[in-house]
Amino acid sequence: MYDVVIIGAGVSGCASARELSRFDLNICVVEMEEDVCCGTSKANSAIVHAGFDAKPGSLKAKLNVEGSKMMEKLSRELDFHYKKNGSLVVCINESERDNLNKLYERGIQNGVKDLRIIERDELIALEPNISDHAVAALYAPTGAIVCPFGMNIAFAENAAANGVEFRFDTKVIGVEKKENRWVVQTNQGEIETKYVVNAAGVYADVFHNMVSAKKIHITPRRGDYCLLDRSVEGFVTHTIFQLPGQFGKGVLVTPTVHGNTLIGPTAVDIEDKEGTNTTQQGIDELTEKAGNTVKNLPMRQVITSFAGLRAHEDSGEFIIEELEDAKGFIDCAGIASPGLSSAPAIGKMVASIIRDLTDAKERDNFITTRKGILDPKVLSKEEYAALIQEKPEYGNIICRCEMITEGEIMDAIHRPLGAKSLDGVKRRTRAGMGRCQAGFCSPKTMEILARERGVDPSEITKSGGESKLIVGVNKDRL
Amino acid sequence: MLNYDIVIVGGGPAGLAAAVSAKRNGAESILVLERDKELGGILNQCIHNGFGLHTFKEELTGPEYAQRFIDQLLEENIAYKLNTMVLDISQDKVVTAMNRQEGILEIQAKAIVLAMGCRERSRGALNIPGYRPAGVYSAGTAQRLVNMEGYLPGREVVILGSGDIGLIMARRMTLEGAKVKVVAELLPYSGGLKRNIVQCLDDFGIPLKLSHTVVDIKGKERVEGIVLAKVDENKKPIPGTEEFYSCDTLLLSCGLIPENELSRELGVEMSPVTSGPLVNESLETNVEGVFACGNVLHVHDLVDFVSQEAQAAGKNAAEYVMYGKKEGGQDIPIVTTQGVRYTVPKTMNLQRMEEKHVIRFRVGDVYKNCYVSVYLNDERIIHRRRPVVAPGEMEQVELKKEQLMAYPALQEITVKIEEE
Repeated sequence: MYDVVIIGAGVSGCASARELSRFDLNICVVEMEEDVCCGTSKANSAIVHAGFDAKPGSLKAKLNVEGSKMMEKLSRELDFHYKKNGSLVVCINESERDNLNKLYERGIQNGVKDLRIIERDELIALEPNISDHAVAALYAPTGAIVCPFGMNIAFAENAAANGVEFRFDTKVIGVEKKENRWVVQTNQGEIETKYVVNAAGVYADVFHNMVSAKKIHITPRRGDYCLLDRSVEGFVTHTIFQLPGQFGKGVLVTPTVHGNTLIGPTAVDIEDKEGTNTTQQGIDELTEKAGNTVKNLPMRQVITSFAGLRAHEDSGEFIIEELEDAKGFIDCAGIASPGLSSAPAIGKMVASIIRDLTDAKERDNFITTRKGILDPKVLSKEEYAALIQEKPEYGNIICRCEMITEGEIMDAIHRPLGAKSLDGVKRRTRAGMGRCQAGFCSPKTMEILARERGVDPSEITKSGGESKLIVGVNKDRL
Repeated sequence: MLNYDIVIVGGGPAGLAAAVSAKRNGAESILVLERDKELGGILNQCIHNGFGLHTFKEELTGPEYAQRFIDQLLEENIAYKLNTMVLDISQDKVVTAMNRQEGILEIQAKAIVLAMGCRERSRGALNIPGYRPAGVYSAGTAQRLVNMEGYLPGREVVILGSGDIGLIMARRMTLEGAKVKVVAELLPYSGGLKRNIVQCLDDFGIPLKLSHTVVDIKGKERVEGIVLAKVDENKKPIPGTEEFYSCDTLLLSCGLIPENELSRELGVEMSPVTSGPLVNESLETNVEGVFACGNVLHVHDLVDFVSQEAQAAGKNAAEYVMYGKKEGGQDIPIVTTQGVRYTVPKTMNLQRMEEKHVIRFRVGDVYKNCYVSVYLNDERIIHRRRPVVAPGEMEQVELKKEQLMAYPALQEITVKIEEE
């Protein structure tokens, strides 16, 4: 029997697993997909909000500011990409200046540091492509960007290194209290545990409602995004938000930590918890709304579009607590925006709830740091040459757009919780994430995956399940 | 640091022809750098025939056509490196490359020929809405899987785009046992060669739907179907015309993009029309001693013309290495108007031009019973009747040096389409 079973290997579940692994606890993360970071955590704005947005006094405001403060140090300890690029909330209409001031006040109340309002001249100096209509902006130097896959995978790998067990392709179908333990029923059999952490993203209401009479309701709120090629790197350098107002909420335009430019999201409430399809309407809306804050948007440089689902709970608040009528069942639900920014603080909070319940002792052999996949591009020429001599696979470029070597892909496959699919390799190494969108490298990556995993290429998938890349061999049915 | 007179980036049809030509025109030390495991480039996966009609007066398959040039390269004892990726080209012509055996290589060249080819426009660049399941392939990726690896990427196929690779793949997938349900084309005409429409679609009864596009992709893990819709004259889908096709695969053949990341980093000036370098009559870019040819310069339909163009680039690179840049003469701009989208080259220097110099270009629309006209200043010197010109087929005209030399105060050369 486990001490803790965490449902969901997204960023909240993995952050919780990592924080809980500090303690002398037997922990298991169950995930219905084939990998970590497959739901909401993989498709979002990839930003660390400064924290001026949430309602003062709310859990969202508290954890956002806390998470944002923890992020930089954590990114060094766990080796994921993070950059404090600063954010700007742009006011495009003089009549809405009051709202800008209110947002500033709210930020101050929430404890956001270094906030100030800047006027058009300074704004243009910071962002030359800002809209001609921009009049002023709220500048938050503590706003940042992060690699969402990198952070999620880092939490998971570090948790695994500290003894947390991960079970993939394991779909929870029921949760039941039996005497002094919980029985988690899955498609792979039953799992017994003392505590359950419900970090199931858009499905968190399903599991909550299985055990509690006090129902919650999560609406998947779909957001479409467009990603632009690195060739327009520098189009904006700060994260540009539009001031919510008479022109609606607007969309953000932001650089990513890897030099792309990201535009999004839309916000459409849907029923389908798997409804991650983009729509023409959404893509058109993005183009139009992004034009409110920036000009000359190079939409011809779009290399992909995608949609993510925010887990919006009816209350609009994060729900992180032990359920009153289901002792030992801890919700980590309604983690919509700013969930990614808050993740480090969410992990801490979940861990402290369980620590208080169990009196678990801290382990003295906790491994605090984790090393990511070696990026040879950061090496000096001499170091790189030495690396290739020792490991020739680092001299073989597989993804020509992002210049990813066979060595990095092999590392991604063989490390703990390694990549099993093309998307798994992509999220860990960026192979296939560039401008040709895996046109050239997918056959090669398939071959490497099959070779390194010792399976037939027909078993290699795009993202697990039935997402097979090839269906047979030539003329097999003729 | 290695030293070569000419470094050629890319060992596909353009790189091979440029290398052989450079050697035969006097260059001594030439190095071809190829990122794949064999020479020949994309031709290796083009196992259909129809290559070489112009060059060899016979129908070869892609690999056969490539082999002819590879044989010439070997006969000429030209050096080459496989599995070698060029990382950077500096202004002073130091090429940085990398492979497994030698690690990071630095090569000082006197001249460089860019021959990196092109890539396919992806689903993402087309911004097709819908899910992102497995089973959406660019046609060339599917071609590689089928023709080089022997794997079938799907059994029920819809193809978007009627470019040549799409048409060829419609036939290939059919021959390998898949059912190709339809080929859809956004434009009111096909971007492919006429002979391919007949031989790859008509002969197999595969319907071609012009003015149609994919508006939705269904299926969360693997493609389960797509929705086609008719588009209006502005290429916008017309509501109410949606039609569902059940399929497990969507192949995309929606245009090729020259792979000029290295060129851009080097500071080569680009044409917004071709996405390739702007070159003069010698196929030389704005960076002196750096030449370009083949699909990295502009996307071709026929490999024969790639070879011809590359031979010119190789010869010019050799002459540059041996004699330096021939100075003097004026760079006359070639102006395009009335249906002509671009020309290669973009300028013509009368001192450096050949006795007979080929200008290649593409038109922006289909024109019937028209004329291809060339003007020197205001005087028309070529007025060639064409029953039909189309964006899918590259056009060319030949300029004669003596004719241009004879023209007093030549300011500009204009290429245009004139209708009756």
